[in-house]
Amino acid sequence: MSTRKPVNPRGWWFVAPVLVSVAFSAIIPLMTVVNYSVQDILGPSQRVFVGMEWFKEVLRDPDLHATLLRQIVFSLAVLALELPLGVGVALLLPAQGWRSSLALVICALPLLIPFNVVGTIWQIFGRTDIGLLGHTLVLLGIDYNYAQNPLDAWLTVLLMDVWHWTALVALLAFAALRAIPQAYYHAAAIDGASRWAVFRHIELPKMRPVLLIAVLLRFMDSFMIYTEPFVLTGGGPGTATTFLSQSLTQKAVGQFDLGPAAAFSLVYFLVILLVCFVLNNAMRDAGKEDA
Amino acid sequence: MARIDLIDLAHTYGGDAWALKPMTMRWEDGGAYALLGPSGCGKSTLLNLISGIRRPTRGRIRFDDRDVTDLPPEARSIAQVFQFPIVYDTMTVFENLAFPLRNRGWDRSAIRRRVQEIGELLELTPDLDRRARGLSAEAQQKISLGRGLVRPDVSAVLFDEPLTVIDPHVKWLLRRKLKQIHQQLRLSLIYVTHDQTEALTFADVVVVMNQGEIAQIGSPEALFEAPQDRFVGDFIGSPGMNFIDCEWGDDAPRVDGVPVRTSARDVPANRTTLALGIRPEYVGVRDAPGPNRLPATILSVRDQGLTTLVELEVRGRRLRAKLPAAPAMATSSQVYAELPAERCGLYAQGRRQP
Repeated sequence: MSTRKPVNPRGWWFVAPVLVSVAFSAIIPLMTVVNYSVQDILGPSQRVFVGMEWFKEVLRDPDLHATLLRQIVFSLAVLALELPLGVGVALLLPAQGWRSSLALVICALPLLIPFNVVGTIWQIFGRTDIGLLGHTLVLLGIDYNYAQNPLDAWLTVLLMDVWHWTALVALLAFAALRAIPQAYYHAAAIDGASRWAVFRHIELPKMRPVLLIAVLLRFMDSFMIYTEPFVLTGGGPGTATTFLSQSLTQKAVGQFDLGPAAAFSLVYFLVILLVCFVLNNAMRDAGKEDA
Repeated sequence: MARIDLIDLAHTYGGDAWALKPMTMRWEDGGAYALLGPSGCGKSTLLNLISGIRRPTRGRIRFDDRDVTDLPPEARSIAQVFQFPIVYDTMTVFENLAFPLRNRGWDRSAIRRRVQEIGELLELTPDLDRRARGLSAEAQQKISLGRGLVRPDVSAVLFDEPLTVIDPHVKWLLRRKLKQIHQQLRLSLIYVTHDQTEALTFADVVVVMNQGEIAQIGSPEALFEAPQDRFVGDFIGSPGMNFIDCEWGDDAPRVDGVPVRTSARDVPANRTTLALGIRPEYVGVRDAPGPNRLPATILSVRDQGLTTLVELEVRGRRLRAKLPAAPAMATSSQVYAELPAERCGLYAQGRRQP
């Protein structure tokens, strides 16, 4: 019954370039990390196999627990602020004409600034002696100093992220809003719907798939944030603004603990993969319901 | 219930061109009107002015002597059904139908009663608790209509090509439902379409529009039998009306010297651009000469199932005849095209002569 498919070994040549490039760009580097994560490297030629030891250490490290918690709180705060704000901005943007184009360009400006420049801008902006924000706050009698006060530092990093990335959410939401046919608004007007009802029952449901993408992008990015807080606060004061990727860098490059750093990287990677997977499923379900 | 008066109504979307040229007309209470015309003729604009989605550039709109020109859509007693179904995705069918009433502050029990009633009328009762978005386009379009009908103050329902996205085999079901609702509730219906079969089967009165103005208002029969101008003649019917250029001679129009009697009683004042207009359905093909018969050559014969479409050439002019059966006819044979006088209209400068 079974008819054997003809096998042509030359087919492998067509796949080979992809296999080679993926191997060198992703698989081999990742495997090196896996390799390091199960060894204690004492010197260039001295290494000991330690099994899951580093993973146990990493997972039990109270400092890392604190950093992970800080990271999760930060990412959730980013989502909680940037999503409503972005949607709000998108609703306020002019819908058509040159005003719309101008508003979009202005909106997109923070997105075009290199990350370390963003950090530098805010570093100066927040300074109490010459910074517009810092100095104004001090003049208002608020005891603000992001370099010394952990809460201030944390809030400044959060504010910086909101300033930097809300525009992305706004642009996505704006695109989704423009895709809603006018007839929906007309029907709602005839039904006597309030502005809130239009938002709740037309705009929000129509924006949902796009907002899920925004959640995914903003969660991933904020979960991997490195440059901006590094430039602004260097992770301090103390460890108040040290997020996961910075603490990883410290381990790998600063202390040169390759084994624990490799184990940490893998755990970090798996966490992100897991969140991606969950959000991707949520998006696919949303798509299915629409169809 | 309301009579709708348009008084010197006109609209432009900016620029010099009128999307809708100034018009004055009356839509009688309880009438079933079809608004028919090619794309871009201004029919949707007119509909949006009546429902209040757009404000007219000029003129007034009155419902039963009440001036509504400045009222927003929700304050007019109008419902509108759009080209594609508009349902609120997150709501059930029940909530969709209840939405306009909730917005108007009705109490729960009154809403429940009214929605049940309308659900019954539209045969949506089994679906009331289901999510609206999972339903078929046909059911969704019924929900769109239902959201208009639940409001007891609604006196006119406007349809903007509502069957566009409906599958052909359920189209007629929905159309029949519309007719039934019209008869039951005695609402005024204005139905925009570019599909003439839809317009002619649905409406008591058909309003044909072209280039921002009304070309003709009349019953489906009147539009078919006596189109007022060449546009209506051409637009209505499949294929459209035949128009044969002719000249005036003595007391009758002549086609290349052959006199043809027409239904026109008056002698046209201007005799420069005359044409005979006759429906392909009324053109006869004969073997022998006679009165009102023009010598013709058969160009093609096409079998269209129940009818046969014969294309003729009459002295360099094209003429189509739609014959009931399929008589044996050979192309390029010489015949006589008969134009029955009472079916043959005379058009001077594009207008039909009385």
